[in-house]
Amino acid sequence: MLAEQQYIELFQKYRSEIDSHASSLMNEERAFSFDFFAKKGFPNQRDEDFLHINLEKQFSNDYGMNLKAVDFKVDPYKFFRCTVPGINSHMFFVINDQFYPNVQLKYELPQGVIAGSLREMSKKYPELIRSYYNKLAKNTTDTTVHFNTAFAQDGFFLYVPKGVVVEKTIQLVNMMYGGVDMMANSRNLIVIEEGASAKLLVCGHAMEERSYLANRVTEVFVGKGAKYDHYKLENTNEKMTNVGSLFVSQDQESEVVISEITLQNGLTRNNVVVNLDGEYSSVVLGGMAINDCHQHTDTHTIINHNQPNCSSKELYKYVLDGEATGAFDGRILVKKDAQKTSAHQTNRNICLNKKAKMYTKPHLEIYADDVSCSHGATVGQLDDSTVFYLRSRGISEVEAKMLLMFAFVNDVEELIRVPALQDTIRLLVEKRFRGELNKKCEGCSSHCK
Amino acid sequence: MLEIKNLHANINGKEILKGINLVVNPGEVHAIMGPNGSGKSTLSSVIAGNPAFEVTKGEIIFNGKNLLDLSPEDRSREGIFLSFQYPVEIPGVSMVNFMRTAVNEHRKYKGLESLSASDFLKLMREKKEVVELDNKLANRSVNEGFSGGEKKRNEIFQMAMLEPKLSILDETDSGLDIDALRIVASGVNKLKTADNSTIVITHYQRLLDYIVPDIVHVLYKGKIVKTAGKELVMELEEKGYDWIKRELGEM
Repeated sequence: MLAEQQYIELFQKYRSEIDSHASSLMNEERAFSFDFFAKKGFPNQRDEDFLHINLEKQFSNDYGMNLKAVDFKVDPYKFFRCTVPGINSHMFFVINDQFYPNVQLKYELPQGVIAGSLREMSKKYPELIRSYYNKLAKNTTDTTVHFNTAFAQDGFFLYVPKGVVVEKTIQLVNMMYGGVDMMANSRNLIVIEEGASAKLLVCGHAMEERSYLANRVTEVFVGKGAKYDHYKLENTNEKMTNVGSLFVSQDQESEVVISEITLQNGLTRNNVVVNLDGEYSSVVLGGMAINDCHQHTDTHTIINHNQPNCSSKELYKYVLDGEATGAFDGRILVKKDAQKTSAHQTNRNICLNKKAKMYTKPHLEIYADDVSCSHGATVGQLDDSTVFYLRSRGISEVEAKMLLMFAFVNDVEELIRVPALQDTIRLLVEKRFRGELNKKCEGCSSHCK
Repeated sequence: MLEIKNLHANINGKEILKGINLVVNPGEVHAIMGPNGSGKSTLSSVIAGNPAFEVTKGEIIFNGKNLLDLSPEDRSREGIFLSFQYPVEIPGVSMVNFMRTAVNEHRKYKGLESLSASDFLKLMREKKEVVELDNKLANRSVNEGFSGGEKKRNEIFQMAMLEPKLSILDETDSGLDIDALRIVASGVNKLKTADNSTIVITHYQRLLDYIVPDIVHVLYKGKIVKTAGKELVMELEEKGYDWIKRELGEM
């Protein structure tokens, strides 16, 4: 418990400091999660769910934590240039683990929509937030999530009231910017009420190449007949560790699309838990990871079919080069009464190199007897005869492989329902495959290096 | 234009071509016929540079260049085109993207600028007419879900786009009904000039009724055992290959 000890002491010593820079309803949840974490410690590789990722080691680094919530002195709206142009979003920033308040900017959000700092909003609207905060995350056995609940002081809050449609994409930029090795535990809460609709793009950036660890937890509640899109794009660097946990609860007839794209990141752990809690709700859950060098992406998904007549479609693709590794663990659980479930899971992976390794573990657990379910997983290389076909038309070997890699991830890109975002992601993916991404930190004009 | 000298080639250590000699001059149409397993498709693959085959002896000279020194893409850029017996389906790669990449790589090789988007689409439209290729097909992924006939038409469409000096049609007639055969053959004939040459590889006389060869070769057990004019096609159709085997003293 060496790695844990420093955080246990830190929490005990600075508890009042932590509390004073958060809201009381966030503080109420700390004790339970802290005890849970103190008892179980960080996940280690003896745990089946963490076989291929050593998070204990990542957390044992000496990171700075901004527990006193010292203000961020630079205005990110001035130096950050978004790499996803043309989507014309409502843009918000969480820098390390603090929401960045922008007093100048007027967001033209539809009436009743609340978007802003979780800390501030949970002081302003405690009744609203109390009925959602930590309701999903509390039940997990993943101690990184409890660690977040114990330490988180701020993050992003979005509330879309009944029947309101937010046309424009809302963009949340999670940015690491510290000048020293840092850890950030931010917490997001998204509430989409009955019949409402919203799209959120979450971008991960690191403004310097330092050892950063981001441990972010997001809870999403999607009401009856509501629509919600959640796109997550990680574009950082080799030294960054990103642990992201997403919990979703869907009421009846709601439609959710989730796509997680790891373009560039050192170590990535993505946990997704989707609860289909209302009849006729549906989720499309997808993602891709492009890894090279010694990068690792670890995806862990759970889809709980708790009610009948729900559908889930899951599609994850990895392209691994260099000595990169990847892991996919996808669990679909169809409860006893969840008849007429449709659940289909696909995980396809390409290892471009003999040293690249992929571990995949699809699993279906079905306790109902009238369902349509499938899963498929493959690990392979680019097809030689297809490469030759393209070369025989004058396309170079490099370009032929490029075309095939674009083609391979194409159906994941197609899950994105915002056309401008889909186009831009295609462009970024192409740049990534061509090694043209992040020569300098993409999207930054601060010239910090 | 093309000169093949004493060509030997293996696949997985097994020798398939055992000393091929062939000369194709500009403007000529050659037919290569022969029974199953005689090495016809291997010959076309080796000319196009398929890395699955290993050339153990001999040389292939194309317009003064040693083809065996060139990558498959450079052979294509030099003017070799292979119409595949089994065109590959490539889901996720659009025909437009595929052809634009190919055409522009050819242009780059020749020191020409890339085509603008509008010029490229104009070229696509023109060439589609050669083989009456449906607009719908041109907007899909390469060969994905195409019928056998559509795939072969798509091969000839690509040939029209790339304007090769030497086209090798590997069993282009297989899997075609009579209408598709006529369209494909007429496409090939429209693309014929006094300077470009064609090698037609086939089992049957059928295709050669439409694409009339100047010279006919019989390939058997990895060697060209007979070469004659187009009258040889009729003779083979009447007598079969046994007659050749008898001539070789095998029967």
